Amino acid sequence: MTKTLFEKIWNSHLIDEQDGRSLLYIDRHLVHEVTSPQAFDGLRMNKRKVRRPDLTFATMDHNVPTNNRSLPIVDQTSAMQIQALERNCKEFGIQLFDINSPNQGIVHVIGPELGITLPGTTIVCGDSHTSTQGAFGAFAFGIGTSDVEHVLATQCIWMEKPNTFEIKIEGKRKNPHAVTAKDIILSIIREIGTGGGVGCVFEYKGEVVSEFSMEQRMTICNMSIEGGARAGLVAPDEKTFQYLKGRRYIPKNYDEYVEYWKENLKTDSGAKFDKSFTICTDKIVPQVSWGTNPAMTVDVTGSVPFAEEYAKGNPEEEKAANRALQYMGLKPGTPITDITVDRVFIGSCTNSRLEDLIEASTIVKGKKVSPKVRAMIVPGSQNVKKQAEEIGLDKIFKDAGFEWRESGCSMCLGMNPDILATGERCASTSNRNFEGRQGTGGRTHLVSPVMAAAASIYGHFVDVREMDLN
Amino acid sequence: MEPFRTIHSIITPLDKINVDTDQIVPKQFLKLIKKAGFGQYLFFDWRFEKDGKARRDFILNDLEYKNSKILVTRDNFGCGSSREHAVWALLDYGFRVIISTSFADIFYSNCFKNGVLPIKVSKQTLQKLFETKSEIEVDLENQLIKFDGTQIPFEIEDHWKKILLEGLDDIAITLTREDKISKYERSQANTKFPAS
Repeated sequence: MTKTLFEKIWNSHLIDEQDGRSLLYIDRHLVHEVTSPQAFDGLRMNKRKVRRPDLTFATMDHNVPTNNRSLPIVDQTSAMQIQALERNCKEFGIQLFDINSPNQGIVHVIGPELGITLPGTTIVCGDSHTSTQGAFGAFAFGIGTSDVEHVLATQCIWMEKPNTFEIKIEGKRKNPHAVTAKDIILSIIREIGTGGGVGCVFEYKGEVVSEFSMEQRMTICNMSIEGGARAGLVAPDEKTFQYLKGRRYIPKNYDEYVEYWKENLKTDSGAKFDKSFTICTDKIVPQVSWGTNPAMTVDVTGSVPFAEEYAKGNPEEEKAANRALQYMGLKPGTPITDITVDRVFIGSCTNSRLEDLIEASTIVKGKKVSPKVRAMIVPGSQNVKKQAEEIGLDKIFKDAGFEWRESGCSMCLGMNPDILATGERCASTSNRNFEGRQGTGGRTHLVSPVMAAAASIYGHFVDVREMDLN
Repeated sequence: MEPFRTIHSIITPLDKINVDTDQIVPKQFLKLIKKAGFGQYLFFDWRFEKDGKARRDFILNDLEYKNSKILVTRDNFGCGSSREHAVWALLDYGFRVIISTSFADIFYSNCFKNGVLPIKVSKQTLQKLFETKSEIEVDLENQLIKFDGTQIPFEIEDHWKKILLEGLDDIAITLTREDKISKYERSQANTKFPAS
């Protein structure tokens, strides 16, 4: 019988079934400081051990300050959470990339970077953006703290089998430097809605996906959760195998694995998906979110919509849109390019990898950040930061007036000191524009790295296609 | 976990769609390392002004709903972040049942793990619930919502129902599969796939 890639991974990890749910084996468990302390407490309370510390990797990313690492952490509650992770990893024998490690970074950036993320594996983390790692053809998904405890104790998880949802990305982008993976995933979420993928796992397919670099595949898989899907995946190919080759935690007999993956990790032709959606990229232009969820997004060439226009006859959506307009302080009909920004944030597990920074630097090079804007770059990991510095990106950004920071989640969710003040407006390469996400009363506009970079120079949104990107 | 018993309560109507977990419990409260005491932070930015005063226009600040154990809300509740703190906050505040037309996947399973019952109902049923002022009864054993002289059946996955009714510990259940887990691990050690 023909099977989808997801079904193959699922079947190869099945341990047991009971009352309509399945027990799945987990190959990799990534742990961070925010969603794990209560799980470790639970283990201690019940005198349980970590079953496979060798398959468990931890880092601290959400809380860490992104300024000078040699200074003590000012926020005492953050410091306590970070110390708790250090203690827990030591007690249970888990490999930790701590705040001073050259491998520290956002958990979904370091997984692939260190070769922890591998094709065909099951990967969990107490973080919804674990979906990022599906770019390698892994079934990677976020879990709550109770499940973190469950996986620590048993290396397994109970789950109902999700539905399969094929997302075909077709067509030819005229300007791939200006119309990025971020613009494509935002366009998909605009169409299917933030709940469109509930109960599903996406598989991204089509010629555009094949053309995508690994970084771009990570960007689209990352935001699968914003479309409601638990996970998103892309079948591995030569790019995947090349990306992982030589990385620290890949298996010793890597080439044999590659042969196996080539043979086994693809959706059979004729395999049926439960749902399907096709998007044509020919007409996609750079996207800017205007509201308080990622589906509230428009073309940069468009205007802030009227609530009734956005809602298309759905009274609840209209109510939500009115509330969003009020929260965002926007008047319907305002051209997107008239919206000024106070802050620019380039970072997060969506867009903080080397390629994102290289792309943004092409916009910034030789220019100056608008005097009205405070702009920052937060590389996804210490490795990204180091590589960027080796090719002089830090100098380009600093010369333009950007702050060049240490790695972490930073202003994507503002658990560290990097937050927006009430009413501040930010062009952000992150993934969520929810109310208060980047700081209470802060206003987030989701964009690609090149669009964020362009906004930093002009002090308002501009259509990046009009800039010289070569 | 405490077994789930039949709940009698008036409902708190939260008339919003796509309520994300960042709203249910904002990020500044995720730094706590225990599970207790999150109720005070539930819907914090919607509940309180910057100076700490209660916002009059927010439903949870209406004394009428003070002792309500049932939250009724709209589509895609609990979307966004996987933070289980959202469920800890709802539970600690006093909610044992959340009724909506749909829930985000991670939030949905987080509820059961903490003894909170999320119930999916049709749009019509949800509308009726939004309109009633009476006390309602949620009977998990018989999968019924009873109010205003009517009984509306609801669906729930068998395994979740069992776990709630018996207050079972999932980890203890899984540990009884030790032989199967070990067998799987041994089989993987001898093949190339999956990697470890």
